[in-house]
Amino acid sequence: MDLYSALQYALFVAIVTALLLPLGGYLERVFSRKPTALDRLCLPLERLIYRITKVDPEIEMASTEYTMCFVFFGLAGTLLLYLILRLQTFLPWFFPQYHTTPMTANLAMNTAISFSTTTTWQAYGGENTMSYFSQMAGLCAQNFLAGAAGLAIGIAFIRGLARQCSETIGNFWVDLTRALLWVLLPGALIGAALLVWQGVPMNFHDYAVATSVEHSRQVIAQGPVAALEVIKNLGTNGGGFFNANGAHPYENPTPLTNFLEMLAIALLPAALTNTFGRMVGRPRQGWMLYGVMVVLFALGLLFVHSSEQRGNPLLGGVHTGLSQSGGNMEGKEVRFGIGGSTLTAVVTSNTSTGSNNAMHDSFTSLGGMVLLVNFLLGELVFGGLGTGMVSMVMAAAIAVFLAGLMVGRTPEYLGKKIGPTENKMVMLYALAAPLLVLPLTAIAVSSRVGLSGLTTNTGPHGFTEILFAYASCFANNGQSFAGLSANTVLYNLTTALAMMAGRFGLAIPALAFAGLFARQKTTPTSSGTLPTDSLSFGVLLTASLVTVTALSYLPALALGPVLERLVFGG
Amino acid sequence: MKKNLVISVLMTIATTILLGIIYPLVVTGLAQVFFKDKANGQLIVKNGQVVGSRIIGQGFTGPAYFHSRPSNAGTGYDAANSNGSQLGPTNHALIDRVKADVATNQADNPGQPVPVDLVTSSASGLDPHITPAAAEFQIPRVARERGISPQELQQLITRHTEGRQLGFLGEPRVNVLELNLELDQRFPMRKQAEAR
Repeated sequence: MDLYSALQYALFVAIVTALLLPLGGYLERVFSRKPTALDRLCLPLERLIYRITKVDPEIEMASTEYTMCFVFFGLAGTLLLYLILRLQTFLPWFFPQYHTTPMTANLAMNTAISFSTTTTWQAYGGENTMSYFSQMAGLCAQNFLAGAAGLAIGIAFIRGLARQCSETIGNFWVDLTRALLWVLLPGALIGAALLVWQGVPMNFHDYAVATSVEHSRQVIAQGPVAALEVIKNLGTNGGGFFNANGAHPYENPTPLTNFLEMLAIALLPAALTNTFGRMVGRPRQGWMLYGVMVVLFALGLLFVHSSEQRGNPLLGGVHTGLSQSGGNMEGKEVRFGIGGSTLTAVVTSNTSTGSNNAMHDSFTSLGGMVLLVNFLLGELVFGGLGTGMVSMVMAAAIAVFLAGLMVGRTPEYLGKKIGPTENKMVMLYALAAPLLVLPLTAIAVSSRVGLSGLTTNTGPHGFTEILFAYASCFANNGQSFAGLSANTVLYNLTTALAMMAGRFGLAIPALAFAGLFARQKTTPTSSGTLPTDSLSFGVLLTASLVTVTALSYLPALALGPVLERLVFGG
Repeated sequence: MKKNLVISVLMTIATTILLGIIYPLVVTGLAQVFFKDKANGQLIVKNGQVVGSRIIGQGFTGPAYFHSRPSNAGTGYDAANSNGSQLGPTNHALIDRVKADVATNQADNPGQPVPVDLVTSSASGLDPHITPAAAEFQIPRVARERGISPQELQQLITRHTEGRQLGFLGEPRVNVLELNLELDQRFPMRKQAEAR
């Protein structure tokens, strides 16, 4: 690994770690409704929103009601976005000569679900489909709303673990409003200013028409990019303004914007481990989970970097007149190189964020496989905003259960018992992914309509494209091996199903688990308690994560990237 | 239940107005006041005509120009259709394309290995940059076509080479459009070369 990439990776982890305490503390204060520095600005806005929406902020909700509000809010957002998309031809800033992809009912439905679940899977190209109005009132707004709803889920989940003998886990509307006003909006304003300073456009002009140096015509898409760019990362959504997403020079003009955008993604989900530690009154528990995240993150960087730096052996080498010292540069941008592309690939694939800055379809087979594995691990290395924390704790619950089986004791976590009902919720949470992703992949690869999506690549790589698509949608990630032509009725419907299941299907058992935990009383630690903040538990957690993932997906991975590597050597 | 349904609709509408309409307009206003050029896409205007954007790549085919990377945006450098090739690492379309491009480039500068970025298509199809090595590789051809010395071109490239940001972020790179614009300005092509 070259010095500059190593420095970039190390600095990234150092900054995330350094901001863990201040950000984690801030989040804890915001959601416990303690005074913060932003109160003077945010409190009046908060009161105004409650007045308009008739929310009583003092009401507490049981986990069932909380979940119901979360689902209702997601559906309302989906419906509004669907209407905006379907009506975009009648709304402002629609350019019929450029926005040529027809917004069919199934594409609009797929996109609406995609953005209201933070997946932001895109079966279309931004600059040739979406009007500026759709981009702002539709997609930009949903990036905020869905991101904040995810954060609310994470906070309510933590509250459930922290409380004792409680029937309630908070108020969804309060958590949502506070996530928007205290966290995402200020973050977005700061981030947007930084991005515009570095060269991300922010205008409502018509597409520019240039006459190039060699006298040909070049139409240059414009738009209000910066406002969307920052929140797509901050809310761990990831859907790009343009088709090329974070690789487009207008979305990500400099290596610094790339670094800042990656920080915007990772900072909040990482800080939640600290918020968790504070709220449950056991800071070490949070540090242990963060430690596991950093180890898995570093492994991902190492694998992807070495795989991409090696280049593509099938393209030849110096003996055939090609110098591959620059690495596997197909589908990568010169300003990012291997280091910046690797950082983004590993951050985004681990955080439910689809904002790729390179084309992952053109990654080497092993480099691409690491990204796929990151989805399959469950998006818990930092993870999606709020949801990543949930996934990590659920993984810890599995590890506790396994340890309990080994020593023959009732599994306990944070002084509470993981009884049969709690365990059922954990299992539902863990099994949903393989039970959905694998059958959907099987259906697509064994049907003619599914295979007709393989317009660019075939063979094992085509299989990987399809598996990647469903894994990405279920993980609410949204990035793709984009050689797959996914704007067909089959893919629009089945990926929408995977996205819904990955969002609401996981929130239900997660919040039920939190509700069950909230009711319990914490038992004092005894000599028989398995400590869940130790190094050995960290190792156990990592090992059980890897084992469960491998048991579920090894055969599928063998048919895709492993086969491609072994037989074809790419 | 009914109460929460009503709230969810009201909340969606209220927050959409705040974050989907007011917020973008505020950001637009601030951007247009403080960073006018950057907020408007950094368009380059020559003699009253837009010739491109400083940060959007442009295709060059003439032998007297430095060439950009292969592009899969539309039919090539179509800045209203950004895209990469999406070709997998074992796809024969990729392997054949790269080998053909290597051969073409080798003909310009025999004996030197072709830097990989010059024969691989970028992720956006709009990459404004090539590596300094890829620019230097093209010196013999451009020097021959323009009738100038390789040293002068080397100096031009060095001047247009952007280092790593803050000393460590990203890769050193050369902006092809800006390089070619200065090339035309300082070493205009002879009449017959232009006619050719």
